[in-house]
Amino acid sequence: MTVKLVVVSHSEKIADGAVELAAQMAPDVLILAAGGTDDGRIGTSLERVMAALEQAGDANADGTVVLTDLGSAVMTAESAVEFLADPASVLLADAPLIEGLVAAAVAAQTGADAAAVKEAAEAVYRPPAAPAHPHGHLAAEATGDFELVNQAGMHARPAAKIAGGLSGMDAEVTINGADGASMTELMMLGAVKGTVLHVEASGPDAAKAVDYLRGLITGGFGEP
Amino acid sequence: MGLDVQWALRWLALSAEAMAEHREELIELDRPIGDSDHGENMDRGFKAVMVKIAEAPPETAGAALKMTAMTLMSKVGGAAGPLYGTAFLRAATALGDADDIDAATLAAAFQAARDGIVARGKAESGDKTMVDAWTPAVDAAVAAAGNSDVHKVLAAAAEAAEAGAVSTDPMLARKGRASYLGERSIGHRDPGAVSTALILRAAVGAAG
Repeated sequence: MTVKLVVVSHSEKIADGAVELAAQMAPDVLILAAGGTDDGRIGTSLERVMAALEQAGDANADGTVVLTDLGSAVMTAESAVEFLADPASVLLADAPLIEGLVAAAVAAQTGADAAAVKEAAEAVYRPPAAPAHPHGHLAAEATGDFELVNQAGMHARPAAKIAGGLSGMDAEVTINGADGASMTELMMLGAVKGTVLHVEASGPDAAKAVDYLRGLITGGFGEP
Repeated sequence: MGLDVQWALRWLALSAEAMAEHREELIELDRPIGDSDHGENMDRGFKAVMVKIAEAPPETAGAALKMTAMTLMSKVGGAAGPLYGTAFLRAATALGDADDIDAATLAAAFQAARDGIVARGKAESGDKTMVDAWTPAVDAAVAAAGNSDVHKVLAAAAEAAEAGAVSTDPMLARKGRASYLGERSIGHRDPGAVSTALILRAAVGAAG
């Protein structure tokens, strides 16, 4: 059982395409598209959004996170939530649609709860941290240095795996100074094969986080 | 004598007529600062409302407005759907099952509608949106409600909404699609403010 995702877009094609893209990285997550109007035009439809939210609600009780595109998609989603029997089971993520959806899908795939899935989506929105890393005041409780061994280095899928896995742990993690919970920051490291990644973690799950990253990075993220 | 379900049904029918009649005008207003679909969306939305009403005629004004809300939210498509939908829904809640709507209740319903739009769209006065027609309309309606004549409340609201729509001409858009245009939004009238004025004018005609 995982958190479900609903994509509300003005365009049916965008919603369907976004779902297709995110599903590649999260095969076990129920991701539903609610794009376009009832008659297939550009716009959003309360009926379509409500149908998706109800289908998601029927699937399990783990909560639903909604990703939206332009302003009125947000308004339609908010209206739909007001009509639901259990509005608290649905969270709206304030995140860019595609990047946010992919981050949310990966977090949901790793078993994160609804609040953590929403947070994973919203984390991609924040501007990259200043070079002096934001958690400098916390002493690292666990560290590690791991070499990137996969051919493609740090691209979207490894960054999503790292950020998604860490979103379920109670730890502050930096990787070469980048926030480990931010897919965007990780991708902006531009780390290629052979780069040594310096991991610093603090918090209750610090050791677990470093172990998790050791496994992922030295295992090449399961890639060639 | 207050307003009843017959007034509400005439209001919606006259609104549908106004949207059909001003369809091209609203499209033209929306072209430079939006996605040129406001006239088409509102016309389609209110036509759908007419179909729903014919299928299952509501028995109270509140029920008629609630039916309108649900239909607009599903059929309009653009931002106007959830905004007008929320407005009609909040107004319906304010009316309850009253079937002799007095001036104070009417003003309260307009106020609830405006508050719903502000809550949903998060626009403030001066942002160049339908709020710039709704807020002066509500202020005028509340002021006119003191003399307990529903006709005066309706007329005051419509007149203030029309002036409010004109007042959006020099404004810089800060909400919605038009806000992406920045300075270039200045000099255009907000289509949502214009449709608001048309709908509130229809409410006057419906009261005869």
